[in-house]
Amino acid sequence: MTSTVNGTDVKHSTPDGEERPLLEIKDLKVDFTTQEGKVTAVDGVNITLYRGQSLAIVGESGSGKSTTAHAIINLLPGSGRIAGGQILLDGQDISKASKKEMESIRGRKIGFVPQDPMSNLNPVWSIGFQVEEAIRANGIATGRKEVRARAIEVLKQAGLQDADRRLKQFPHQFSGGMRQRVLIGMGLSADPQLLIADEPTSALDVTVQRVILDHLESLTRELGTTLLFITHDLGLAAERAEQLVVMYKGKVVESGPSLEILQNPQHPYTQRLVAAAPSLASRRIQATSHGEEAAGAHELGTEPATTTDTIDLIATAEARAEAHEAAMAQPPAIVIEDLTKVFKIRGSGDFTAVDKVSFEIPKGTTTALVGESGSGKSTVAKMLLKLEDATSGKILVGGKDLASLTGKELFDLRSRMQPVFQDPYGSLNPLRNIGNTISEPLVTHSVGDRASRRARVFELLDQVSLPRTLVGRYPNELSGGQRQRIAIARALALKPEIVVLDEAVSALDVLVQAQILRLLADLQAELDLTYLFITHDLAVVRVIADHVCVMQKGRIVEAATTDEVFENPREQYTKDLLAAIPGANLQLGA
Amino acid sequence: MAGYIARRLLQAIPVLLGTTFLIYFMVFAMPGDPVVALFGDKTPPPQVLEAVRERYNLDQPFIVQYLLFLAGIFQGDFGVSFSGQPVSEILAETFPVTLRLAILAVLIEMVFGIAIGLVSGLRKGGIFDASFLVVSLILISLPVFVVAFVAQYVFGIQLGWFRTTVGPGAPIQDLILPAIVLATISFAQIVRLTRASVIDTGGQDFVRTAASKGLSRRRIVPVHILRNSLIPVVTYLAVDFGVLMVGATVTEGIFNVPGVGRTLYQAIIRGEGPTVVSFVTVMVLIYLVINLLVDLLYAVLDPRIRYAK
Repeated sequence: MTSTVNGTDVKHSTPDGEERPLLEIKDLKVDFTTQEGKVTAVDGVNITLYRGQSLAIVGESGSGKSTTAHAIINLLPGSGRIAGGQILLDGQDISKASKKEMESIRGRKIGFVPQDPMSNLNPVWSIGFQVEEAIRANGIATGRKEVRARAIEVLKQAGLQDADRRLKQFPHQFSGGMRQRVLIGMGLSADPQLLIADEPTSALDVTVQRVILDHLESLTRELGTTLLFITHDLGLAAERAEQLVVMYKGKVVESGPSLEILQNPQHPYTQRLVAAAPSLASRRIQATSHGEEAAGAHELGTEPATTTDTIDLIATAEARAEAHEAAMAQPPAIVIEDLTKVFKIRGSGDFTAVDKVSFEIPKGTTTALVGESGSGKSTVAKMLLKLEDATSGKILVGGKDLASLTGKELFDLRSRMQPVFQDPYGSLNPLRNIGNTISEPLVTHSVGDRASRRARVFELLDQVSLPRTLVGRYPNELSGGQRQRIAIARALALKPEIVVLDEAVSALDVLVQAQILRLLADLQAELDLTYLFITHDLAVVRVIADHVCVMQKGRIVEAATTDEVFENPREQYTKDLLAAIPGANLQLGA
Repeated sequence: MAGYIARRLLQAIPVLLGTTFLIYFMVFAMPGDPVVALFGDKTPPPQVLEAVRERYNLDQPFIVQYLLFLAGIFQGDFGVSFSGQPVSEILAETFPVTLRLAILAVLIEMVFGIAIGLVSGLRKGGIFDASFLVVSLILISLPVFVVAFVAQYVFGIQLGWFRTTVGPGAPIQDLILPAIVLATISFAQIVRLTRASVIDTGGQDFVRTAASKGLSRRRIVPVHILRNSLIPVVTYLAVDFGVLMVGATVTEGIFNVPGVGRTLYQAIIRGEGPTVVSFVTVMVLIYLVINLLVDLLYAVLDPRIRYAK
């Protein structure tokens, strides 16, 4: 059977030879009304999905993938409106369904698993209440006992083993992974034919992510539910779905069977996406001699296919090795010895967040601190930055013990050691323009005069490949990637020797992530920077770090060079983390 | 929970000591001799003045007067007013009246404020929203005594729906008009607060998730939007009580309500230290208790808040 997707012939395998697709989106167009006029977020999208199949929509944020999902269930945010096209569910155009009809379709025919488990459960109602109301609204069961029994059943199905005991608990008493299970249970509570999962795991740790996705996969197969999966992670999509639809700027640029697209991407954007996906990359990024690649990367709509990401491996590996040797000859930039942090928790004794952690970071290299949330990696960073005092142990920066520093010395140290934090939305003051944001450290440390500071701001903007015209703009006018560049520029303003990057790329899309990682590698080569790179994402580690320390429950369980860790992990925990990288086992064509 | 309440009540002690001292000092520092003023145009014989001063401890230095007063309070003795009536008796007569007035006012502003705020928030930018934005602006800009006089004239005299002054015993039907007037002070704030809160909650992810579960709008609005939006409104209620006390003083004067406000006003004019301080002490106490109750209510509304032992 053949159907046409944006001019390309795509073969669909229909498991039971059925004629009519379960979901058929034809020429879907979604408009948002803004102060500047109409913005078309989804423009002429065609998607066909057959019963029992799984399909993934892949794209970066702003590509319209989530908007497409929301349009299907007619829950577009704000001023969003379906401006054209058809959404056929089992032959019925639901884009024109009445409010009442739509209410009966939602939950019962189309289940929805939202993106962020933290914000998608109402904090003031118990878990049981929220599952039960879904069951009752869809008429799956009536009567207190039956509804309760069904709620326990769906939650157990979703992997919440002690569901009967936890029904009365509130969302804040559940971990992120557990909440996501609750949301999956809710989405499947009325046995829908179609389940839309909108980035169901992007807010979770990799290991948890894997467990949840495995579960979702087996559950939907068991129940015969058709799965529409939305993600920004190409590796994840290819691993989990039979069909792929790649979206870019509101349009479908490519679609077809997953492996085919991955091995032989046709559209330049898909090619870029395949090349940039850190989960699919295999080697550390080397500094590029020409920085303009990173600069040009965000405007790639119609660019011809470039293969910038293929790197002369041998030459760069040699250069890297030389640099590494030179670094080892010098005294290390940071030495951490037996560092321990104990938090006192009222009522329940002490909690050891960091337990006798020791490692060194040679000058001009990158050490990655890896672990799941709660493993103590961010606490180490905070102690290194002296935002938190160590309970015991030593931190030497440039040979000096942090504990012995006077106020003045500490102030000087802060100019040589700068942080970049995870959330580019939270770490920039929305009331200061970009110029003031970047020059703030210069003012604080009274470096130069107005004119020289301004010149330095321009220089920094150039270094992070942002146009100089941004100085007068405000953070809310910039994209996530641009903001993180600003945060990096601010960190570099004082010409530091050490930069502590705490999950600095975790919140970014793959392509932007790749740009920032490349930028960091370039800057390191150029300025001889030392990085402490904190992340939960091993895929990123592989492309940025020289050394890896794996942390679990406050301890370093494995420490070695990046290649050693990836090729020959010793600890089971490290192996679990590695196995959890989405797409790690996929074989790619050139 | 019990520990938390005990701690909060202990915190009230320094607050009470501080406020009584300040009020006592301010009354003491008021110009003019209250005893002389008591006699109006007549000039009383010096012996009488002496006797009155001695009776009310006015011949003692300030700090002694204050300590004597405090000692009295701890024994349950709030002193005696210039008219010879024990202050505790006046308190017992007037507080129930004002309390009724205040509760009525809070009910009116809450019911109407939240309902209008909810509808405005759900239909942001509509005609309903726009017109109540104008109404709330007018109410915010009008001083309460203007509203009181206009209401008294229009509803009391012109239309004759209510009595213009409150009769003896302050029956509920007489208190309705003053309560409405009192409610206008915070009504606009509550409408705006509820509106903003409803708009904020309405945009939350969990509201969309609730809809994706197949819930109807009729269930989502009260269960997932209104309930969450009430939390900031309840917080405002605690602060609002202080505003109501001030408003009550003015409103009670205009409608001749025999409540705390009017009595306090007269006591201030006469410079009756013990009466003023006793009234204020009780008011502060009520204010603290209401704030404590609101904080506890907070934990009921928001399960994330649990007070430490």
